[in-house]
Amino acid sequence: MTWRIDCDVHNAVPDISALFAYLPTRWSDYCVEHGVDSLAPNYYPPNMAFTAKPEARTGEAEPGSDAAVVGKQVLDEGEIDIAILNCLYAIQPIHNEDWAVAMARAVNDWQAAHWLEVDNRFRASIVVPTQSPERAAEEIHRAAENRGFVQVLLLAFSEMPLGRRCYWPIFQAAAENGLPVGVHPGIAGANPLLPTGWPSYCIEDYAAASGAMQSQLVSLVCEGAFQKYATLKVVMLESGVSWLPSLMWRLDKNWKGLRREIPWVNEPPSTVIRDHVRFTVAPFDGPERADEVLRLVDQMGSTELLLYASDYPHWHHRDAETSLLRHLSSEERAKVTGGNAAELYRLDADQVVR
Amino acid sequence: MASPVTAASSPVPESTGVGLIDCDVHNVVPSDAALRPYLPAKWRSYAELVGSRTYSPYVKGYRYPKVSPAGGSRVDAWPSSGQLPGSDLDFMREQLLDQYGVDRAILNCLYRAAEQRNEEYGAALARAVNEWQIENWLERDSRLRASVTVAFETPDLAATEIERAAQHPGFVQVLLFPRTKEPLGRRRYWPLFEAAARCGLPVGIHFASTTVTPITSGGWPSYYIEDHTVMSMAFQAQLTSLIMEGVFDRFPDLKLVLIEGGFAWVPPLMWRLDDLYHRMRDEVPHLRRLPSEYVRDQVKITTQPMEEPENPRHLLDLIEQVGRQTLMFSTDYPHWDFDNPRRAFQVKLPKDLSELIMRENARSFYRL
Amino acid sequence: MKTRRVFVVGTAEEIPPGTSKIANIEGRSVGVFNIDGEYFAVRNTCPHASGPLCQGVRSGMVVSKEPGHYEYIRRGEFIRCPWHQWEFDIRTGQSWFDPHKSRVRRYDVRVETGAELLTEDAELVRAGLEKGPYVAETYPVTRDGEYVVVTL
Repeated sequence: MTWRIDCDVHNAVPDISALFAYLPTRWSDYCVEHGVDSLAPNYYPPNMAFTAKPEARTGEAEPGSDAAVVGKQVLDEGEIDIAILNCLYAIQPIHNEDWAVAMARAVNDWQAAHWLEVDNRFRASIVVPTQSPERAAEEIHRAAENRGFVQVLLLAFSEMPLGRRCYWPIFQAAAENGLPVGVHPGIAGANPLLPTGWPSYCIEDYAAASGAMQSQLVSLVCEGAFQKYATLKVVMLESGVSWLPSLMWRLDKNWKGLRREIPWVNEPPSTVIRDHVRFTVAPFDGPERADEVLRLVDQMGSTELLLYASDYPHWHHRDAETSLLRHLSSEERAKVTGGNAAELYRLDADQVVR
Repeated sequence: MASPVTAASSPVPESTGVGLIDCDVHNVVPSDAALRPYLPAKWRSYAELVGSRTYSPYVKGYRYPKVSPAGGSRVDAWPSSGQLPGSDLDFMREQLLDQYGVDRAILNCLYRAAEQRNEEYGAALARAVNEWQIENWLERDSRLRASVTVAFETPDLAATEIERAAQHPGFVQVLLFPRTKEPLGRRRYWPLFEAAARCGLPVGIHFASTTVTPITSGGWPSYYIEDHTVMSMAFQAQLTSLIMEGVFDRFPDLKLVLIEGGFAWVPPLMWRLDDLYHRMRDEVPHLRRLPSEYVRDQVKITTQPMEEPENPRHLLDLIEQVGRQTLMFSTDYPHWDFDNPRRAFQVKLPKDLSELIMRENARSFYRL
Repeated sequence: MKTRRVFVVGTAEEIPPGTSKIANIEGRSVGVFNIDGEYFAVRNTCPHASGPLCQGVRSGMVVSKEPGHYEYIRRGEFIRCPWHQWEFDIRTGQSWFDPHKSRVRRYDVRVETGAELLTEDAELVRAGLEKGPYVAETYPVTRDGEYVVVTL
């Protein structure tokens, strides 16, 4: 059977009060008494077209907040067997570590109750309080007991580069539970969104995500995270793929001359990346011409690096089908639309219900 | 104002090579003392009583120790005089200009006037650097052209210096770094671009490790290899900012040169920006064209450090994608990742393409 | 058969242990290195981009078992080209640090024999490094009484 797995779907917390049932009363009352009425991420301005497809804007509800609507639009109409949910509710930038831990647990418990148990075609990523990597690791161990959680979610605009050793408890917990780590654009730290400061426009923020992802990939490779955790897999979500060859060329070239600074990286960075890292294809930011698309795939090295995604409810100019998949052979299409993800997330055929 | 550079005071050997134009050569201020004669008394006194104050935690300034001393210089580029690499014109002639038959070299002095937290001192230093360049470089070898050093975080003072220095024909460019307090397209920098456009000088942005803003949007990485690798993200951010803020629309005569930031990222960034523009153009209605069109028409890019695709033939595809009129050869002498003009490309370029990249694109662009 | 010719590049006193001398032998620049009394000659041209290899920094090799672990071995037995910093073994001219470049060989598995592991390269092989495609030209060099002699 040919599966179709959508590796990047965004389920939204409809309202902060939806989490109260999963928070200790100390923290639900805290939210009410202190006027915290939303932690929706500012990275996606609600009014902008790209934030949600027209069909995902159903009345007053936050796009992506109703499991039935998402199930219908993504799974049924999209003919998707499994969708992996990446909840972007902004727990990670909270300054208070204890509150952040409570909120992350609440988001995960809410995901389990309102998504994983509602439709067995959903899988989810574990939201973790990166403010405290040790407690993030505890949350991974706790949440991973529910097999519906298949990934750990980290945000790309982090406090410190994600490869740094302070974050290793997270990678260790992920590796111990056999979970890939997904890195997604989103603001966790207080750093400017560009290495040049804060830009003016949302289109710049969004363009900058590819730079943020590349910097994180460089950090993960150079710090030796993949040497330390040999089974660790990382998924780069929602930031295109076309930049990958140019980054590998530059990093490989620098590694030849500067290798002694990071002697644990004892094979070319491009090899490390191909062995450990996967990329979702929405938005596909590659060329339009078929020959250029195929050359790009050739330069990446293999379609095995690519995972199909719709990035629902975000609305892109092109979708993966028209921009990428139609240029591939049927065998390669099958890998990208499902085979690669099934292997990565260890999804068994009997788990799949259409 | 000093006399034109064509009145070279020393004999210049005939070109023996391919008539190369090298678009990135570093002339180095040998010591702060060398700038003293060019500083007004007020700032000479300030230099003695206070001196340099930057954003760096270190007196010496570096954030990541480079791969070799003197800002990552080739260890074979130290002149016998013991002066810093790039500070001795005679040795530069011998090791670069004569050796490779360089007909014209664009000097990019990386003196960090713009990092001075005392902005007026920074501006005075920038002016001193330019006067030092005229006397010690431009007027000593007719093959040399130079970039105007400016305190670019103080755009009004930078604009004044651009207007002043532009009167000397040896200056062919204004030099900025990719690491700024804010993205360069933002309104505060417009006086600088306006002055450059008015004076007919392109604005060059050259690789530089600095300390103002973290080199990644996820904070400071651990290693120089990371700083060096992700520097290309800073170039992409600046180019994106200049496009999206409408700087190329507001100053249609403005030309931009990206120096030592790589070029393999250009096609992916153009695909990405054009793609995003289709969905998000409402936010930037001041743009008159597709993002990639500004790059094609108003941007040049230097070649060093040369891109090295795993499949060398892809370099030719890449050059065509970037645009054969866009690339200009550079060596980055005297730095460690120097590109040898005879060995830089992993594939043989067709003759017409080689002519464009090694010489003609730069010749017509800088009107050499 | 090509005639081998012998050139005196200096006196032994000129090149004590830990030092080197760059000699011009019939228009060819050659670096002669003394490692603990043994002499090695390497052509002063990097096979990568023709840089003056022997004018680079002479250092050891940094290898590692895991992140955060550094082992600094064979100090003084490697030369780093002043252009691009590639590292070459002075004893063999072998570049260790450019990986196999060819795409077809990306998935090669290399098995080193016991005999190979007993060579000079053993420590580097154990450290997981692989030989690069480049080898700097080397020449036999001997001490003949007071003189150091290179054979081309």
